[in-house]
Amino acid sequence: MPPVESLWVYLAERPLLWLTLTVGAYVAAHRLYRGFGELAILNPVLVSVVLIIAVLRLSGTDYATYFEGAQFVHFLLGPATVAIAVPLYRQSQELRRLWRPLTAALLAGSLTAVLSALGLGWLLGLDQATLLSLVPKSVTTPVAMGIAEQVGGLPSLTAVLVILTGVVGAVAGLPLLAVLGIREATARGLAMGVAAHGIGTARAFQSSERAGAFSGLGMGLNAALTALLVPLLLYLLKLV
Amino acid sequence: MLEALMLLLGCQLLGEVLAGLLALPVPGPVIGLVLLFAVLAIRGGVGDGVGELANALLRHLSLLFVPAGVGIMRHMDRVAADWLPIAATLVGSTLLTLAVTAAVMRALTRESR
Repeated sequence: MPPVESLWVYLAERPLLWLTLTVGAYVAAHRLYRGFGELAILNPVLVSVVLIIAVLRLSGTDYATYFEGAQFVHFLLGPATVAIAVPLYRQSQELRRLWRPLTAALLAGSLTAVLSALGLGWLLGLDQATLLSLVPKSVTTPVAMGIAEQVGGLPSLTAVLVILTGVVGAVAGLPLLAVLGIREATARGLAMGVAAHGIGTARAFQSSERAGAFSGLGMGLNAALTALLVPLLLYLLKLV
Repeated sequence: MLEALMLLLGCQLLGEVLAGLLALPVPGPVIGLVLLFAVLAIRGGVGDGVGELANALLRHLSLLFVPAGVGIMRHMDRVAADWLPIAATLVGSTLLTLAVTAAVMRALTRESR
């Protein structure tokens, strides 16, 4: 085997290469995003995912091999989710003041997410398994997969749809809210978390700590509420 | 910094254990978030170490979603088969949810002022 090829075989089997690719692609994507004046469509998550998939396809690497390196980054999602308690604690006075509007907006948003997915998907003729997999799309991945499984959707399809929803929210969310004239960090943040879970929350943190804290709150509460609402609504609509 | 890391990991671990034992409809790290919030409230402050670690983790939260995002490659064909109605439903529903949540929140916070 020629030296270059044997070096490739050596590196491709080890986590370091894929860990470096993950961080490297993100750094490049982030520079690109900054370079173009934070143009929404150049969202760093979207661009890095596209870049990495291209590299994996071209090099014939499967996801399992890639994930052996990427898991070190993926692991930090857990502690980072716990860390959202810090900005949330810094906003606790405001939380106490706003609990009523928060509860109402959360309920309205959660119902809209579920019912609009059901309604639009039904109108556009999606089959039942796909439709049920789409229903929990606005909820953080582990909860969404659990809901899909419970109601007869396909959990692995749901995982993909959840990620795509997060990317749509991160790309289009803040521009949409700006067009609607909504400038309050509390309303913008909560909406990002309820509609687009963690990926929306990550985007909200880039806009301000206050928006990020409310987004994290929306993400957590919406996960619990949707898990309770979906089985109940489907039962009432006689879909399950 | 090490104590802060221990606190975060401890909250997550306890969160995972509680979520598993009580079969809660919320993932372990979200329970861990609630636990850390309780710890901070009892302590009456964030403290430098925890504050710095949280800032470091949250500043580039987006990066942490990249490995899961690349997972899309495993299911491309299934989504591709029905991509138009799926995309229309997903985009329409997400934008509507954003608009409704933010509009209700803003309307009610204005009233309460």
